[in-house]
Amino acid sequence: MDYVVEMLNIRKEFPGIVANDDITLKLKKGEIHALLGENGAGKSTLMSILFGLYQADRGQIRVNGKDVNISNPNVANELGIGMVHQHFKLVHNFTVTENIILGLEPKRGLSVDVKSAAKRVKELSEQYGLNVDPNAKIEDVSVGMQQRVEILKMLYRNADILIFDEPTAVLTPQEIEDLMKIMRNLIKEGKSIILITHKLKEIKAVADRCTVIRRGKFIGTVDVDSTTKAQMAEMMVGREVLFSVEKPDKEAGEVILKLDKVSVKSNREGVVAVKDFSLEVKEGEILGLAGVEGNGQSELVEAITGLKDIVSGKIFINGKDISNFSIRERINSGIAHIPEDRQKRGLVLDYTIGQNMVLEIYDRKPFSERGLLNHNAITEYAQQIVEDFDVRAGQGVESVARSLSGGNQQKAIVGREIELNPDLLIAVQPTRGLDVGSIEYIHSRLIEQRNRGKAILLVSLELDEVLNLSDRIAIINSGELVGIVDAKDTNENEIGLMMAGIKRGDTD
Amino acid sequence: MWTLIAQIFPYAIAFTIPLLITSLGGLFSERSGVVNIGLEGLMVVGSFTGAIVIYTLQPIMSPDLAVWIGLLAAALAGGVFAILHAFASINLNANQVISGTAINMMAGALTVFLARNVTGSGNIPIVRGLLRRDVPILSEIPVIGRLFFTSTYATTWLVLAILLLGWYVIYKTSYGLRLRACGEHPHAADSAGVNVYKVRYIAVILSGAFSGLGGGILLVTIAGEFTGSVAGLGFLALAALIFGQWKPLGILGATAFFGLASTIANVSSVIPMLKVIPGVILKVFPYIVTLIALVAFSKSSQAPKAAGEPYEKGKR
Repeated sequence: MDYVVEMLNIRKEFPGIVANDDITLKLKKGEIHALLGENGAGKSTLMSILFGLYQADRGQIRVNGKDVNISNPNVANELGIGMVHQHFKLVHNFTVTENIILGLEPKRGLSVDVKSAAKRVKELSEQYGLNVDPNAKIEDVSVGMQQRVEILKMLYRNADILIFDEPTAVLTPQEIEDLMKIMRNLIKEGKSIILITHKLKEIKAVADRCTVIRRGKFIGTVDVDSTTKAQMAEMMVGREVLFSVEKPDKEAGEVILKLDKVSVKSNREGVVAVKDFSLEVKEGEILGLAGVEGNGQSELVEAITGLKDIVSGKIFINGKDISNFSIRERINSGIAHIPEDRQKRGLVLDYTIGQNMVLEIYDRKPFSERGLLNHNAITEYAQQIVEDFDVRAGQGVESVARSLSGGNQQKAIVGREIELNPDLLIAVQPTRGLDVGSIEYIHSRLIEQRNRGKAILLVSLELDEVLNLSDRIAIINSGELVGIVDAKDTNENEIGLMMAGIKRGDTD
Repeated sequence: MWTLIAQIFPYAIAFTIPLLITSLGGLFSERSGVVNIGLEGLMVVGSFTGAIVIYTLQPIMSPDLAVWIGLLAAALAGGVFAILHAFASINLNANQVISGTAINMMAGALTVFLARNVTGSGNIPIVRGLLRRDVPILSEIPVIGRLFFTSTYATTWLVLAILLLGWYVIYKTSYGLRLRACGEHPHAADSAGVNVYKVRYIAVILSGAFSGLGGGILLVTIAGEFTGSVAGLGFLALAALIFGQWKPLGILGATAFFGLASTIANVSSVIPMLKVIPGVILKVFPYIVTLIALVAFSKSSQAPKAAGEPYEKGKR
């Protein structure tokens, strides 16, 4: 059997951590090979070595049977290796074509020949069914389209070996399906694909074989068809994983959060995002808010947390009107918020984990006294969160937040917010981009908060998550409340219909 | 009224040109992602170098030739001096504002020190600057000929040609595409195989050369001697860059506005119509307008996204 890529016994160390320890990965021609591992297991490091961004300390790389030394991305390009990065590397105010030809510009005299390049991009786009407009500006196109531009970038460079780094993390369910189709098209045209992911569902759907790594170590390579999801999950996490959480029945108590006909303007000009929205969240319950992305969930959460002003209506916490409270006053009233975008709203990326853990409470004792920060108290407090919530970082609380993997950043935020001991915890996409182990862990912490009598508002685009965790489910469509259903007597279909705006009973 | 405008125009243009070329230098640097507030100092370096070369050469050769050699030397000196800024902000990841400030302070002190050693005073006078000439044929065109093509400096046409060339380079060539990518998203450029360091080095050195040329042009058209400063023109060029939204044609408009407004303020005392307005108001007028414009534009700012951030390869 021909292998197009062989990575043999790769080892790579970073200060304080062995990212890859004796890892072997072999990619056959024309297959989709999944690389599975938890957040921070070393998947991205391994692929960065293949792509020439890092150099391995030990080990060998062979491409098409020949030993190669990939010292930088240009060498990788010449070998036909292309990578779609998790965070797209696109210039926002360039056109699609300009982004694709950057670094490899076709010339006509002294000028860049944009016209013929655009034509070539269009041809490629049609050949692989990518449906990309070569002249659109990046800032005007959807995330899914931006990803297809990244794919085109590789195809334009004649890459035969394509690396996808967690490609579905930022996509909607529909876009994920399109991507799977595109990947199958690519295989049909003779490409080989390495798919970095921690989503078992997707591996089952498209991959042929799967290599699992855990904490930097090689666990094994398996055939996807003959391996169950549970087996792969166990290989990845190192123990048995529960896919659904145990949730004792519990009577909900007093109303904690009450929204009374709240209206909020959209982030886009002139549009109303949330209309006359009324809702109650009680102590000891998880209320899931389900809806298709962009139907006002973000704005509603921003209104409750105080990031956005409301146009009309009232917001109550424990019976107190907080509609005009500042953000700090709201936090002090008992609201905690796990934000949708952990890098934008959740963390100051250039601060240490320790500093990030006291962002909301640095001014309280014992973290500061008479205007001076108490470093020891902060470190001690952060240390506790890092241990309790299993945040893995090279230098512990002294690590800069930016250096952590996405999953560990998320765990740190979840830990910080739960540690605030709030009456109301607003969790927006709390498990976005996380592996099953972390998801299981965060879910159990949310349930634990519920069992302790806290109110939880869970906003998620993952229907599975909403159905699994919630006691009641509210469905939002175009900023309006479609209805509230009991999680016990509903199903995916009914909620799906309601998300599309069809009310309960309308279908009868 | 007509004669007045016809009289003011050449002065306004003369004032605009050194601003424009310096601003264009700033544009190259910032579009590549390196903030350059050292434009002022680089102009001083150009002005000094030009002065000393012309001062030395004019007694022994044709004054005109000496002026052109002086301008070339000014541009070269600016480019060389800018390497300091490039090294600090590209290789050492220094804070670009501080590096630029250092350039400004160093340029002022160093040139005056050297000038004292040469002439005894801090000033270097040049025997003769550049002469104004009418452009043949074009100056015969009614109205436009009088305004734009009568008693012009050759440097004006040189700078406009450079501006046009600069526009072409930035928007039409592969270097321009890479330059803009480095200023917006250097990681994207890097992953596409562009050498971010090289692109930025070239841009910063160009900005130094253009600023040096600006200082030299100021010397041979308006100032007539090196005095150890360029009266804040470098900072004004920086304001014009923002006012012009980091676009070549934008800065042409912005610098022309500054040139006209400053000239009106300068000549207001001899113009009956403007005498009624207190001189102070006319003098601060361009700066007030700049402030208002900066506030108004701040929302829709087209500033290069990565400007001011050192490029680190490994950063997520």
